[in-house]
Amino acid sequence: MSKTVPVHLRVNGVEHQLDAEPRLLLVHALRDHLGLTGTHVGCDTSNCGACTVHFNGQPVKSCTVLAVQADGVEVTTIEGMAKDGELHPLQEAFWNDHGLQCGYCTPGMIMAAAGLLERNPNPSEHEVRHALEGNLCRCTGYHNIVKAVLDAAKTKGATVSAQREVSA
Amino acid sequence: MTTGGAAEQFIRVAAETTEAAPSPSIHVGQAMRRKEDPRLITGKGSYVEDINLTGQLWAAWVRSPEAHARIVSIDASAARARKGVHAVYTHEDLDIEASLPMIWVPPEIEVKTPHHPVLAKDEVNHVGDPVALVIGDDRYAVIDAVEDIVVEYDPLEVVVDPEKALEEGSPLVHEQLGTNKVCEWSLGGGDLEAGFAEADVVIERRIVNHRMAGAAIEPRGVLAEFRADRLTVWSSTQVPHFLRLFLSILLGVTEDKVRVIAPEVGGGFGSKLQVYAEEIGCAWASMKLGRPIKWIETRTEGFMVTHHGRDQIDTIRVGAKRDGTLTAWHAKIIADLGAYQMLLTPAIPPSSAFVMCGVYKTPAVQTDIVMVMTNKFGTDAIRGAGRPEATHMIEVTMDQVAHELGMDPLELRRKNFIPPFSNGHETPIGVTYDSGNYGGALDKLLEHIDPADVRREAEALRKRGVYRGIGFSTYTEICGNAPSRVIGPKGFGLQGGGWESATVRVHASGAVTLYTGTSPHGQGHETGFAQIVADRLGIDPAQVDVIHGDTATGPFGLDTYGSRSLSVGGEAAARAATKVAGKARQIVAHQLEAAPEDIELHEGRFSVRGSPDKGMTLPEVAGAAYVPDNLPEGMEPGLDEQSFYDPENFVFPFGAHACVVDVDAETGKVSVVRWVAVDDCGPAINPMLIDGQVHGGITHGIGQALYERIHYDESGQLVTGTFVDYALATAAELPSYETDRTETPSPVNSLRVKGVGEAGTIAASPAVVNAVIDALRPLGVDYINMPLTPMRVWEAIHEANGGVRA
Amino acid sequence: MIPAEFDYTAPASLEEAISALRQGGEDAKLLAGGHSLLPLMKLRLAAPSLLVDLRRVPGLAGVARGNGTWRIGALTPHAVLEHTPELGVVSAAAATIADPQVRNRGTIGGSLVHGDPASDLPAVMMACEASVTVQGPSGQRTIPALELFQGYMETALAADEVLTEVRMPVLDGWGFGYEKFNRRSEDWAMVAVSAVVNARDGTCEDVRVGLTNMGSVPLRAPAVEEALRGKQLDAESIAAAAEQAAEGTDPPADLNASAEYKRHLARVLCRRALEKAAGLSS
Repeated sequence: MSKTVPVHLRVNGVEHQLDAEPRLLLVHALRDHLGLTGTHVGCDTSNCGACTVHFNGQPVKSCTVLAVQADGVEVTTIEGMAKDGELHPLQEAFWNDHGLQCGYCTPGMIMAAAGLLERNPNPSEHEVRHALEGNLCRCTGYHNIVKAVLDAAKTKGATVSAQREVSA
Repeated sequence: MTTGGAAEQFIRVAAETTEAAPSPSIHVGQAMRRKEDPRLITGKGSYVEDINLTGQLWAAWVRSPEAHARIVSIDASAARARKGVHAVYTHEDLDIEASLPMIWVPPEIEVKTPHHPVLAKDEVNHVGDPVALVIGDDRYAVIDAVEDIVVEYDPLEVVVDPEKALEEGSPLVHEQLGTNKVCEWSLGGGDLEAGFAEADVVIERRIVNHRMAGAAIEPRGVLAEFRADRLTVWSSTQVPHFLRLFLSILLGVTEDKVRVIAPEVGGGFGSKLQVYAEEIGCAWASMKLGRPIKWIETRTEGFMVTHHGRDQIDTIRVGAKRDGTLTAWHAKIIADLGAYQMLLTPAIPPSSAFVMCGVYKTPAVQTDIVMVMTNKFGTDAIRGAGRPEATHMIEVTMDQVAHELGMDPLELRRKNFIPPFSNGHETPIGVTYDSGNYGGALDKLLEHIDPADVRREAEALRKRGVYRGIGFSTYTEICGNAPSRVIGPKGFGLQGGGWESATVRVHASGAVTLYTGTSPHGQGHETGFAQIVADRLGIDPAQVDVIHGDTATGPFGLDTYGSRSLSVGGEAAARAATKVAGKARQIVAHQLEAAPEDIELHEGRFSVRGSPDKGMTLPEVAGAAYVPDNLPEGMEPGLDEQSFYDPENFVFPFGAHACVVDVDAETGKVSVVRWVAVDDCGPAINPMLIDGQVHGGITHGIGQALYERIHYDESGQLVTGTFVDYALATAAELPSYETDRTETPSPVNSLRVKGVGEAGTIAASPAVVNAVIDALRPLGVDYINMPLTPMRVWEAIHEANGGVRA
Repeated sequence: MIPAEFDYTAPASLEEAISALRQGGEDAKLLAGGHSLLPLMKLRLAAPSLLVDLRRVPGLAGVARGNGTWRIGALTPHAVLEHTPELGVVSAAAATIADPQVRNRGTIGGSLVHGDPASDLPAVMMACEASVTVQGPSGQRTIPALELFQGYMETALAADEVLTEVRMPVLDGWGFGYEKFNRRSEDWAMVAVSAVVNARDGTCEDVRVGLTNMGSVPLRAPAVEEALRGKQLDAESIAAAAEQAAEGTDPPADLNASAEYKRHLARVLCRRALEKAAGLSS
């Protein structure tokens, strides 16, 4: 075993301190050390996107990041998406639109889609499809996933404008 | 017409009308959102990899880099000396005598079956064949240890091409079998010779249906714990009950002491319908070491050693009269089984034969299958399992015939459709379809898409170098496995049955649990089955907890594959619930002093007909059943009923699909731009779930047609062993789909339903190929084999142009 | 899969990084975003003994423009290039790299020093006549992109040198086109062609064409450029020039693309990229 290094992680707002091999992948740190098993592994080659988490709000593939590289970064996983018992609009939309079947790719899909909506709150179908090009699903044919992301964008838009009205 | 022995046994089953649905449809038919989803969208699902046990060790496998070789020596000393390594096992260490299972023993037909060990003995027969099992402290340690193990191989001659494997003098995959040809099997009916004799045109095509993978996004995984003489195995499997049986047989632990749990399973598509070496090996190691053993497949392993599907070379000959009437249909199939007979390996190609009549009234149909072994991993059931190959042959050939006759492809289809039938249609090969209305599905399809519009669009696009084409597929398939007397030992030859079980348990408070013997992996049983049970008990589906995939909970079951869950398992659930409702009626009648036949379900209460305020809710009935101070004379207490349902026939869903493609003639790249699907699986239990199954099924078929391919080079090396090379389409390559349904009830079960899990896949690939050929006919292209990669399409255009670059 | 063991250091300055690289010897590797290196390590196709992580080294990320030159820090992720449309063909090419997650982590410096001829940015850098600044134990030097790629996954950098910055002439007023051909949008290029064209009154004053995955190193297409320079830019002249896109190339064949097919693709994509660059198509 190579020399261990201290790894400081901040995940879903909670601080963690590990002593780990430098080769420890972020996805294994999340799953095996922090018990956050919602982030999945579906391949060895950074293709499938099941391991997608947010790095300072941007989606990345946690199977291709060393845990030590996440030092000083705000990491968000699927477990951090629902707030105060309220599902994230994407979670709600995936549920309403049957955007999942086996559920294995779902956390990664939601995290990738959240990255898109953060940058582009009102995407076209084409933009949604390309934003998900790094996430594989075998069950749904993507049809209902794309629909869910478009619906979530509408709901999110509605939420934002409602908030604006309140503050105005 | 001669047929094989198995065909003789393939009993002509009469369609049966079962008991009528006893309750009003309130929840059945609704697009209810899924009960499974709250845990899955929040990351709270529990897949095998998410489960950890105290004292758990990890397993990893040393795998052969050679496709065919003798093992000269294995040096594991460095690995054994490595810190964190507990054991390294090779074949000598294993005391498992029996072969990994294969369960097809057709009467009067020989199936040559080599011994299939958990760890290779003396010889490896495909890349990835396991040679040693390493057990260590964690997943990192065991992978390091695998790298330390030195295996010396003496390479043997390799054969990967099934046609070469059949040639005299070919290298033999298994020397002791004396041949690579391991089985011949036929099914047919009608006078083939007369059929071809009366044909005005006979066309023949060689259609390669290439090898593909299931590619579930969750890799396989096993966690085995042997503790206090009991073996518990969590596995990412479609078949926990099968697995328990074979763990018991192979490891010598009686079945009552073995529990298999299929927790959340991240997709299967047939690839987890298997009893794998890794499942047996990890359980064995757990017994040996007394520690829980966990193994999680890497994707690279997944492509090597999770079974593949398809891989047929089909030669199809079809005769037709000038007016389009089909007269005869003869398919010769060379099926490449790979290096071992796995659970159902040789039983898959015959599934092609069962649907070789398609939706047409061709009077003579014959299928002859030759099965051959090669130095590749085993093939077995992958979504559709034999039926996609058949539909592909039939529907691609229909377009070829139409072109030959100068007929519209849809006109040719309509001319030959079996007319609508509601209670049995006997095909010449002895398979009796349950119900069908093929013209009806096509009519509905054409309400959504007008081929003339597509042709007009094509004219406009061609000026820009884009060739647009439209392709159709009108299909039926056989599913709902199955009537035990047809598929069982004396019939087709599977050493098992086709029934399914269900238990409906009303708890004392009125809460309801359904235990089903099926084992879902994404299909939504917890929701659909709850809808069925809820309607029969007058409650909300939210009140029905559906338990599956755990052999220690419900009765023995036969799991999930072959689009069987709803039409067999759902029917069993309906029957168990109907039994509960029947007992409830008796209790209510007794308590309210009415006749049982006057008790009806009305707005959630078992009430007296005509006096809706006189009645009892299910919790009240449960109270009466479990505090039995006032039950009818002789009635046992409790409210808990079981059903074992064995269907009288298969079910035969059908439909019509249309695919529109654009081909960039300069590069050969094909894009699917539109898909319209009309599927008929009987009345919908939950239309949202049906759409989901169809979407995924179509995508699997498009995947095979355009993107996906398991390819071995001549030396038996797997070339497409990662998601980089095995090209699963992403959202960016695909359009949204347009789906609709017709609803033709099945006479087979009381729900009137047919399966839909594989239908989309079975329908899809020929529609793509027909569309591409339609697009490229103006360039002189008349046939191309899958996968329609850009280079292959470009080459076809190139060749059609007489070698002139387009 | 999991990387083999390695030692790790995350120095806080460039000097320390260079010294760590030097001490680590031949098997030491720099780690930036890790999206070229870590996949190879996970498959155990690479097993460095030491990783020198640049994440704590300040000043290596960002895009700045001044004096007719773009300066792009080595640790600038592809996503930043993608969302800086002023970068023209660089932005267009960056937007096609793998997928959004990869573009959020993968960096321009990492991609260039990896030297994969199938990656998008190397040939684009050649077309833009960019240069890279590298820092080593004995100081700084500049390597033109045209001299950077020496062989298959081999660059002109010494083992103890760090690529710190990419410099690229501002190509204001130039037209550009990036045509990438792959089976799926997340795939590497089967072939890609980048073209930048400087036209005046419809005449091609200057043109540069880059070829991705057409050999063991990224390439320029000099025959195309010569054929077009000084010519009137129209469909005919572009088509004629593009016919020479594959001249002198020896593209590697694979399961999905023979060398002949790749040469054909290069010609088609070259024509399309030039048409875009010349404003003849969108």
